[in-house]
Amino acid sequence: MPKLPKLPAPPLPNALLPTPPRPGESTKRGPVDQAKEAGITAVDWVDERTSLSGGLRWMMFRKVPKGTNWFYTLGSATMFAFLSQAMTGVFLAMYYRPDATGGAYESVRYLTNEVFMGEFVRGMHRWGSSVMVILVFLHMARTFFFGAYKYPRELNWVIGVVLLILTMTMSFTGYLLPFDQRSYWATIVGVNINGTGPHVGPFLSDFLRGGAEFGATTLSRFYAIHMMLVPGAIGALIGAHLYLVARLGTTAPPWLKADTSEELREERV
Amino acid sequence: MANGHRKTPKSKYTVDRKIPGAFEGETVSRRRFMTLTAHGAGAVAASAFALPALGFAAGSAIFERPEVFWERIGKPEDFPTETYIPVVRTETKGVGEIGKTTVYVRAYNEDIDVPKYQDFVAISTRCMHLGCPVRYVDASKKFICPCHGGVYDFEGKVDGGPPVRPLDRFYVRVRDGFVELGPRYSVNGELKRFPSYRDPGQDLDGIGQYLYPGRFSTPKID
Repeated sequence: MPKLPKLPAPPLPNALLPTPPRPGESTKRGPVDQAKEAGITAVDWVDERTSLSGGLRWMMFRKVPKGTNWFYTLGSATMFAFLSQAMTGVFLAMYYRPDATGGAYESVRYLTNEVFMGEFVRGMHRWGSSVMVILVFLHMARTFFFGAYKYPRELNWVIGVVLLILTMTMSFTGYLLPFDQRSYWATIVGVNINGTGPHVGPFLSDFLRGGAEFGATTLSRFYAIHMMLVPGAIGALIGAHLYLVARLGTTAPPWLKADTSEELREERV
Repeated sequence: MANGHRKTPKSKYTVDRKIPGAFEGETVSRRRFMTLTAHGAGAVAASAFALPALGFAAGSAIFERPEVFWERIGKPEDFPTETYIPVVRTETKGVGEIGKTTVYVRAYNEDIDVPKYQDFVAISTRCMHLGCPVRYVDASKKFICPCHGGVYDFEGKVDGGPPVRPLDRFYVRVRDGFVELGPRYSVNGELKRFPSYRDPGQDLDGIGQYLYPGRFSTPKID
């Protein structure tokens, strides 16, 4: 395969370029300039030791194809839904108690009814979970209908499918945590659906429940999976997903045809 | 190769391969040996925490035998042969209400019950579709599930709806003049007993009994 010419580094946008003083303008430096200078010095200090700006420029100032439209924001929207879930989830964990003998339900009741803004934060987490699932599917549909899963982006599609499964795992494990009748029976049904998988299903069910019966450790298991295991995996895979997006670039919408140069265009008769 | 040049097979001795500083008779270079050792040490270190952690999470959940206990539910004369009496059994201790389940008990009825395992029939309320709680309706002599429309007849055999096998049962024994309820067991379509009880949704007739193996943690009944 012939070596492709190296593309030039993406340029800094005009707004970020330093402007020289206009002719005749005073070169006296006011406090604003000094503050600016201090900021630049601080950023430079970090950049000199980490070279972060190169990576940031590579990530942020990419070339996007002609025809890029609002559908291309669904992936970022999903990521922000995840960040919102992570943020509210961490704060909900400050009040939540995974105690199967009644403490879990009581702690959720307390944080919803008594804690300042508790109903709001729990509502964000509860409704945000549905928003995230909907956005995941819209993002997936966009990728599918625009043909953005094709070469060379197949691996990113595969990572996306794993992220979808992990999102479903989050929905399943999170549903038990309020520990009311609905959570309890939905989990019984869900674990039993797991169990219908041939050969491994029964052992997977035992693993999820922490035994043959729904017991004291089932709730803490689900809690650990919900707040430690899966979010970590989702975060890491979002990183890989984004890296591949930046590395491979986005696709043009399917209704845009690539421009061929005048000489290569065949004469139409 | 195009130019007809044949590659001679590499010697296994590092000296012949012209590796600088090679010893006579040495087959693995020291650099390669160090690399393999470092990778091996890394693998040992990683498994030293990963394997115990995995065993900790899955081991007792899948392999530990639960304690067998029997609960007194009444005297033999409390249970008729024509209908069921609901009793509460604690299936999991120490978790309060969620560890309890309803069991329907009646005495053995020689007109209906073909294989006689014990003097009482104790039927679980766990629906064999996906585990919702069924209730016994005396007017129709059937068990009915509220979730997805499963119906079972008086013996607990499937009458309609999605369930894949008859309702689970419990071991029953009589001690000191009291009826005692023991662990759960599963039955297939012919009411054959499977001491290692399966979860709902797992068929026990035909190929199902091979697709859904019994659990390692089956309690031992003497």
